[in-house]
Order: sequence, then C-alpha cells, then structure tokens
Amino acid sequence: MKKYLIALLMVCLPGLASAAASNYPMESFKADLRDQESLQRGMALFVNRCMGCHSMEYQRFARTAEDLGIPEDLMEEYLILGDHAINDLMTISMDKGDAAGWFGAPPPDLTLETRLRGSAWVYNYMRTFYRDDSARFGVNNGVFADVGMPNVLEDLQGIVINHCSREELEARGGFTGTLDPLTGNRSGQCLQVQPGTGSMTPAEFDQAIYDLTNFMTYVGEPSRLQAERIGTYVLIFLAIFTFFAYLLKREYWRDIH
Amino acid sequence: MAGHRNKGNPGLMGWIDDRFPATALWEDHLSKYYAPKNFNFWYFFGSLALLVLVNQIVTGIWLTMSYNPSAEGAFASLEYIMRDVEYGWLLRYLHSTGASAFFVVVYLHMFRGMMYGSYKKPRELVWIFGMTIYLALMAEAFMGYLLPWGQMSYWGAQVIISLFGAIPVIGPDLQQWIRGDYLISGITLNRFFALHVVALPIVILALVVLHIIALHEVGSNNPDGIEISENLDENGIPKDGIPFHPYYSVKDLVGVGVFLFVFSIVVFWFPEGGGFFIEAPNFEPANALKTPDHIAPVWYFTAFYAMLRAVTFSLFGLDAKFWGVVVMGAAIAILFVLPWLDRSPVKSMRYKGWISRIFLVIFAISFVILSILGALPATDGRTTVAQICTVLYFAYFILMPFYTRMESTKPVPQRVTG
Repeated sequence: MKKYLIALLMVCLPGLASAAASNYPMESFKADLRDQESLQRGMALFVNRCMGCHSMEYQRFARTAEDLGIPEDLMEEYLILGDHAINDLMTISMDKGDAAGWFGAPPPDLTLETRLRGSAWVYNYMRTFYRDDSARFGVNNGVFADVGMPNVLEDLQGIVINHCSREELEARGGFTGTLDPLTGNRSGQCLQVQPGTGSMTPAEFDQAIYDLTNFMTYVGEPSRLQAERIGTYVLIFLAIFTFFAYLLKREYWRDIH
Repeated sequence: MAGHRNKGNPGLMGWIDDRFPATALWEDHLSKYYAPKNFNFWYFFGSLALLVLVNQIVTGIWLTMSYNPSAEGAFASLEYIMRDVEYGWLLRYLHSTGASAFFVVVYLHMFRGMMYGSYKKPRELVWIFGMTIYLALMAEAFMGYLLPWGQMSYWGAQVIISLFGAIPVIGPDLQQWIRGDYLISGITLNRFFALHVVALPIVILALVVLHIIALHEVGSNNPDGIEISENLDENGIPKDGIPFHPYYSVKDLVGVGVFLFVFSIVVFWFPEGGGFFIEAPNFEPANALKTPDHIAPVWYFTAFYAMLRAVTFSLFGLDAKFWGVVVMGAAIAILFVLPWLDRSPVKSMRYKGWISRIFLVIFAISFVILSILGALPATDGRTTVAQICTVLYFAYFILMPFYTRMESTKPVPQRVTG
C-alpha cells in the first residue's frame, strides 16, 4: 500500500510546487499592538498626512482614542481636524467623484488596507516611492508599479532616486547594499535619498512608517488584543473542562470492557 | 411504540408522559439507545457536527440582528459588527470559523462512514439523508458567503452561478432566474439572505432529524461493521451495546472539549485561517467593475472546482465548461449511490481486502490534492494532475462493484473487538 501511496504522490506533487511569486521582495513587518506610543504617533501621521484623501470610514474616533490610550479632550484638540464629533466615523469630506477626476480613481478607504494587502505591503509601499519624471505625479513606487498616488511624505523622507532599472528594483528591492553610517544610505542600493532633502534620517523615516503601518494594522482589526486576551481565558477554561470531562468519562467507563 | 410506555406514573413527569412521550423519547434516543461499545476516534464527528450546527444557528441569529442585507449596507454593517457591536467580532469569527469547521467535521464524519461501511444495508437511508444534509450545507455555505458582500463574495458567487449558464438551452435564463437580475446585485443578495437565514436552516434541521431517526431505527454501525442487534442478552439488550447516555454523552463531552480547544485557537488567534476561512480580497467591498486577480471558491468547494476545471475538452458538440459541470455534479451525485456500489459481503475496512483499502486511500488522497489544486490558479501541469486525480476519484466509485466482489475478505468476528 505504501508503494502505491508514494507512486501517487510522485504523480501529483510536481503540480503543487510552483506558487505565484510577488515581484518586489518585501521587508517583513511585525506589528506591535501593545506599543501605544507607536500607535499614537502612527495615528498622528495618518491624520495629518493621509486623511486629506483617505478615510477610515468604518472606524470611530472614540474607539480609537480608547484603544490607543488617548484622552478624549486631547483627541478632539489634536487629532480630529475637521468638524467631526468624537463618536463619528473617521470619514473625510473629499468628494469621490472629484477625487476620481483628480487621481484617475478615488483614493481607497484605508480601514481594511492592511487586511486586504497585508501590513508588510503597506510598510514597503510607503517607503519605496521614488522620483520618475515620466509618471503622472512625478513619482513611481517599488511595490506598486505606475502608482497613481503622489509621494506625500517626500518632505520627510527626502527626494529618492532609483539608481537601478525597474526590473532590478523589483528583483532585489530598494534597500539592499552596504550601510554608510554617515548618510544612512547603503552603497549599491537601488533607492537612495538625496542628502539634505528630507527632514528625517532614513532610520527616523522607517520608524515613522513603522508607526503608521502599526496604526493601520490596529485599525484593520481593532479587536485583536481583546480577542487574544479573552482567548487565553477560554483556552484555560477548556483545558480544565476537558480534563474533568475526561475524568468523568473514565469513571463511567470503568466497568465497560 | 413510544406512545404507550410510561403511562400513569405519579408526579410532574407522569403528568407530562400521559400527554407527551417525553420519557419515552429520552429513553429511545438517549438512555436506552444502545450503541456499540467499540466506537473509536472517528465516532466523535457526528456529535461535533451537531455542536457546530447549533453554533452556526445561535451566532447566526445574533449576527442577523446587526447585519444589513442590502448591496449598499452589507459590507459596512459587517465592519459595524466587527467594531461597534459588543463582542460582534466574536460572533462573526465564531460563525465564519464555524462554517469551515462544519465542513471539516462533516468530511471526517463521511470518511468514517466510507471506511466502516456505515452506508451499507440496512443504513442506506441514513447515508442518503446524510448526503442530502451535505448538499443543503453546500448551498447554505455558498449563499452565506455572498452576504459579507466583499470582492471574493461577489466574484465567487459570479463563478458558481455562471456554472448554471453552461447547461444547454436553458442555461442563460436559469442563471438570470437565480440572480434575479442581469448581474449579481442587491436583489441576489436579498434572496440569498432569505434562503441562508430561513429556508436552508429549516431544511438542514429537518434533515438532521430524519438522519437521526433513521439511524436510531437501524442502530449505529461500528468499526467492526457487525450488527450488535444480532447478539442480544436475555433482556433483549445487545451484549455489545451500551446506553448512549451516559456512556457516549460523557465520552463525546471530552471530544467537545478537545474540538473547542482547537476551534478557539482559530477563532481567537487565526480567524482568517491563513486566508482560507476568510479570504483577503473579501476585505474590499464588492465591485462589479473590478475582477480580482485570482478567484477561488472557499476551501471546502475547491476539490469539486478543480474537477470542473480539469475538463478541458469539448465533446458531442457541447463545450468543456458544460462537461466540467457534469463531472462536478457527478462527483457529488455518485456519493448518493455508494450503498449500491459496494458489493462486499463485509462492511468494515478492517475485514475488506487490500484492493478496497488501496482504493479508499487513493480516493482520500485524490480529494485532498484536488482541494489544494482548486485553490491555486490553473497551469498546464496542475490541470494534468487534476485530471489524473479526477479519474482516480471516480475510479474508487465506478470500479467498486467489481473490486468489492472480486477481492477476498477476512472472516468477520461474532462480537465487537474493541
């Protein structure tokens, strides 16, 4: 029987081997939803730099304030920029029809962006904009070729030049090379920041994007920490329950042979 | 007859029993329903299927309280449940994980039946009721999957409904009749909602009752595939039988604990099930103008989907898609006649010959491989593998009348062997 099994596997396995490969080699991203400071910085960045065009229309300010440990008065003063009330959804006032005219497509709602594309995608995407004069908004993106979004964080990151061909960039990623401790650039890397053009160092910018992605990961599933907390108690209960159920079963079955 | 026992007793139960066969029902189906004492691991999945059914109904009722069945509001109402409804995320994850868990336990339950010949005489109707539950469950799951109104909901439904379009002559009209519109729209969503939360649950519950009544009429099979009712003691009780309650009720409680432990790990930590229980494109609202890169049905349909795609040639002037639908339908239909394909004198795989065992293993492996292939984009190599596995899947059934008669079987013991 084993021989047949192996023969069958030999027949069937080769077809399973090849999986569709994503083009850009993503740097991994691990969210830390317990780091409230990071989430707060991420939210500040999102509200100031993203929310002009991108809504989070399923998420409420109040819920976010509560989960991120932001006092409601501070939230209202610094993070609710429009005339929203604290219990409102994080919508924007930009008209979708207008936006479609300006950008080709309306900027998507970002509530679930990290669940749709993955947090790593967002983290890499936000860091790999580079100047490309042939593109509509003068920029292209390592992760999202021919992107229809302007590089809204260029003043933070600085002007990024792609020193590789598009193919090479997609093959080896933007930031592989040897690190130069003075400029923060890596020699030989595809995407290089022109020194002095950005208000943040590459490390600071990476941290800012980490915070932003961390915040977006939180918004994607705001119940994540609660789920894991409750889940732990549920598992403890079930372990105890199953143990006693087993003892009960053993007791009843003692005389069954 | 249940109705004539336990009459004229004192007390509240006596009063009820004079008017309703409560005690008789309790005895017939639990405390004096004698089940073989040698049930093994595989026998947990029937009661677990019942548990999951209850979970689906209860969480479903509560989800319905906050869900908005309209094309404009469905997607947003789901995120409302996930964020603004207290423990809404828990209800939703219990329901979405429960759907997958349902198919996991039902597939294992069915495999148990195939392994120990539980479909064979006198349990043909038990099997057929069970298969009908499986069919209703597929319809229930398919319609439920449209309700979140995400991209995969929409396009998955689009693919499945388009299968009906492959039927000659009536196909296109039939498709339109199912959708209620020229394309999948809010009208489709509303009717699927009605069928998902009212019609099909009633059908499934009724079928479960029939399944259990038929089972309790003929008695449970067991891993040895012998009839315990043929060996009775002086009181007419099977020597190898034990009352379902308390013996199997307490045993199943252990199974419930273990199952819920695993289930909870998924619900609380991995509700997306690696993209198989909740697919990533479903986090984007349905958009009739934007097709996702890769459309795959949910994992419990992918084996049949792979068989559909495996048919790549037209025949008798009908195109490949039509024959694909025929093959897919046949793959499910053939399970219904399983009791009459098996000509073996013995029930259990323990006493069947090696050919039966090999065919069962080949069947199981083919089904798993087809399930994997159906979730992946098709390539030439994969299609070839799917074709081979489809042939092997059908070979298990079509050749069964021959190999079960030809092979030599082992002698079956008089009493169960534990």
